[in-house]
Amino acid sequence: MRIIIIGNGIAGSTAARFIRKYSDHEILMISEESEYPFSRTALMYVYMGHLRLEHTKLYEDGFWAKNRIDRLHGRVTEINPVSKSVQLHNGQSLSYDILILACGSLPKKFDWPGQDLQGVQGLYHLRDLQQLEDQTGRIRKAVIVGGGLIGVELAEMLRSRNIAVSFLAIESSFWNTVLPAEESAMVNEEIRRHGVDLRLNTGLEEIYNDGSGWVAGVRTGHDDHLEAQFVGLTVGVRPNIGFLYNSDIETNMGVMVDDYLRSSQKDIYAIGDCAELWTPRPGRKAIEAIWYTGRIMGETVAHTLCKGPVKYDPGIWYNSAKFFDIEYQVYGEIEPQPVEHVQSLYWQGANGKKSIRINYNSATSPNFPLAVRGFCLMGIRYRQEVCEQWIRSRATIETVLPQLGLANFDPEFFPQYESRLMDLYYIQSGKRLILKSGRDRDAVTRFLNKINE
Amino acid sequence: MKNAESMSLSAGVHSANLSPVQKGALGLVGSGILIQLIYWISFKTQNASVWLWTSILLVSAGSVWYSYETYHAHPPGIKNNGVWFRSLTARGSLAWLLAVILTGFYILLYWYPQYLGQGQGEGGANSGLIRLFDPLSQYLKGKPASQWFVYGTFYTLIMFLMGIKFIYKYRHDRYQVLRTLSVLFFQTAFAFILPEILQGLNRPYFDFKNIWPLNYYFFFDWHIDGLIQSGMLGYFMLFWGIVSFLVLTPVLTWFYGKRWYCSWVCGCGGLAETAGDPFRHLSSSSLKAWKVERWMVHGVLVFVVVMTAMVLYTRFTGAANILFLNSYQLSAWYGFFIGAAFSGVIGVGFYPLMGSRVWCRFGCPMAAYLGILQKTKSRFRITVNGGQCISCGNCSTYCEMGIDVKSYAQRGQDVVRASCVGCGICSAVCPRGVLRLENGILDAGYRTRTKEELDYEERSGMKPGVNK
Repeated sequence: MRIIIIGNGIAGSTAARFIRKYSDHEILMISEESEYPFSRTALMYVYMGHLRLEHTKLYEDGFWAKNRIDRLHGRVTEINPVSKSVQLHNGQSLSYDILILACGSLPKKFDWPGQDLQGVQGLYHLRDLQQLEDQTGRIRKAVIVGGGLIGVELAEMLRSRNIAVSFLAIESSFWNTVLPAEESAMVNEEIRRHGVDLRLNTGLEEIYNDGSGWVAGVRTGHDDHLEAQFVGLTVGVRPNIGFLYNSDIETNMGVMVDDYLRSSQKDIYAIGDCAELWTPRPGRKAIEAIWYTGRIMGETVAHTLCKGPVKYDPGIWYNSAKFFDIEYQVYGEIEPQPVEHVQSLYWQGANGKKSIRINYNSATSPNFPLAVRGFCLMGIRYRQEVCEQWIRSRATIETVLPQLGLANFDPEFFPQYESRLMDLYYIQSGKRLILKSGRDRDAVTRFLNKINE
Repeated sequence: MKNAESMSLSAGVHSANLSPVQKGALGLVGSGILIQLIYWISFKTQNASVWLWTSILLVSAGSVWYSYETYHAHPPGIKNNGVWFRSLTARGSLAWLLAVILTGFYILLYWYPQYLGQGQGEGGANSGLIRLFDPLSQYLKGKPASQWFVYGTFYTLIMFLMGIKFIYKYRHDRYQVLRTLSVLFFQTAFAFILPEILQGLNRPYFDFKNIWPLNYYFFFDWHIDGLIQSGMLGYFMLFWGIVSFLVLTPVLTWFYGKRWYCSWVCGCGGLAETAGDPFRHLSSSSLKAWKVERWMVHGVLVFVVVMTAMVLYTRFTGAANILFLNSYQLSAWYGFFIGAAFSGVIGVGFYPLMGSRVWCRFGCPMAAYLGILQKTKSRFRITVNGGQCISCGNCSTYCEMGIDVKSYAQRGQDVVRASCVGCGICSAVCPRGVLRLENGILDAGYRTRTKEELDYEERSGMKPGVNK
């Protein structure tokens, strides 16, 4: 059986690797972007000079041949589900038994005047990074439009080359559609601390032409004029599925897939950024363009194809990022705005760079009163497995707090702040709890094993 | 990739963009070095005291000022911007120049000290560079300097200045700060001041933290005889030397991994972690390098064990030959090839080309011994936080021992590797908080399997257990 995978990002590469683990099928991975799979999230570090591109490769070059995963560097122009074949840019046609679409995303654009000028771009593809690198010499000032994760990364990248950055975000505070107000304010501060001119409540109106087809500046929603030799559009991504429009595969924003990641066409699956679920889990989005879900989808489709069908289960939500020097981790549900029946225990460090938030059901909640719902960490590392256990088992806040040290994953000798949360809980509820557990590895193991038994 | 490999995705290697203040600070360092150079090349003998202290003052002040300017002006955090762009840190022409200078210095130090100004013959007076350090040597032990005294002073001074730089760089990270203070303490007190004072008191030179087999001459006749002749203290040193490798090393390694030595105590490690830090990313993390490493480092361990056994055999039987091997010949070879050429000339001289731990990784028999203990009898390992790795490659790149940490992290597998010195930088540079250095015994067995295996067991109804 021949399996063709279109795309070699984390979803496609993971699928290939697990199909090989589980079976002897012939595997061909096609990518127009790069010959060897690399980590997209690491591109920023290549630009900043922390890494070279070869360091971002997922595996050593010999890995793919050793695991008999064939790679083809080329672009798929068309898919024919009837003859079960894909058409390449050079006219070549390849037949498949199973086709997995893992073709990722493209940066979004919103029909701004001037958005196609030279010096205006998104940041997703390897090509985007190359283009930015080539133009860096002529950039003195840059404008970034869109206050999300890629925007803040792009700001950090440009600052590392001493480029003046204005960062426009339509929201009233950075990424406050996801982050609660306090964490969001903390990131605002961090962005400004690194010399970025962060402009909140500010949209983009138009991008100016310098007369020769290059960008000269922008006009903001407040009618401010900003000089810029570079404009980064980071207002999100959309599935990269343009080449599928003639193929009768059902699409909406992305390729529509069922719980088994099957598209509307027989033997065609879609995973990662380009897949849109018909029925996402409650509280989850139909398209989740993040690294971890791409990887889980890759594992799932491999299992379905080789070892029997399993439904895609993204598990308890988790994600992480880094805003300049502040690491961010989230486990479970953390609502950006206060929600009825949900209470928040929030501690913030004095220097405004560390915080711990635990959300839990209020005592009056109709479902599972006092059960812990989610953890949001800034500048502090928590153990995913421990947090997930608490959330999965619906442990109450009063069970979790005395054990909270078990979750701490900061390096040795780092100060621990868990006892501060006991104090806050006392203020909030009148109940005095005492911290009993530290971050000792063996205590963590005993805790995890006890729950597993 | 047909395009990516040919892509000039780095800005190209160029000289660093230094601020005027940084340039001024480096100017001070340069003038301090120039003073020593002039004194050396002119083989002067007068006013050593003035020249010495002026140059040390200039170098120290300039270096601390540079570190302050470079890091303190910015918010604390990981400071690796431009590492792969700069000539000095990306194997550019400056790196080659530095490698040649360092290598050349070591060759003079080991084999041609007269060109450094070492006095010739019994009681021959020093001149040049060695003469420059006479005042300090007189002060510490009441004797003129030797090339080894000059080397020890340079070594300690550079470790201190680069250690201050390192602490500024990682001031947000308490593990790094404490670890650096620890190596600075052990270098200054145990390797530099105490042995010099002992010598001043006509006691044997002894570095209490230099443990056999790193201290390969520990069982040599001249060394043992020297210790025995100096009475109770000498016997204690002999006892300590044996206990430290036989008992102390396995016990501490069981509890904390080899890091207690390699990145908290050892002088070679201390230099690598401070002066070598700007070059740590140059260690190759390829599978091939790992294969070479295992053969070489264990080869040196076998060499030192055989040599020591022969030396002791000769001591007790008087016979120097076993089969085709001669114990005197063997120890002379070891001293030349491993003790001098490998640990010094290559070990430090190649910092700017092959990374900061060339010696520790490929040549140190103590590291090999500690590594075997760490791999088989230790609670230490690096654990991975769930499924959070984004495969960015920072951990593998900045691992000075060339461990491909990422290959473990992206599978959710604990890192248990003989070579890991527990410096903690992988954990520090990880942008997603995935890695932690931990000591624990309960789950050591199952955590070293991949998360994928564990996932599979969960799916098929098997539960991972303790101590399997």
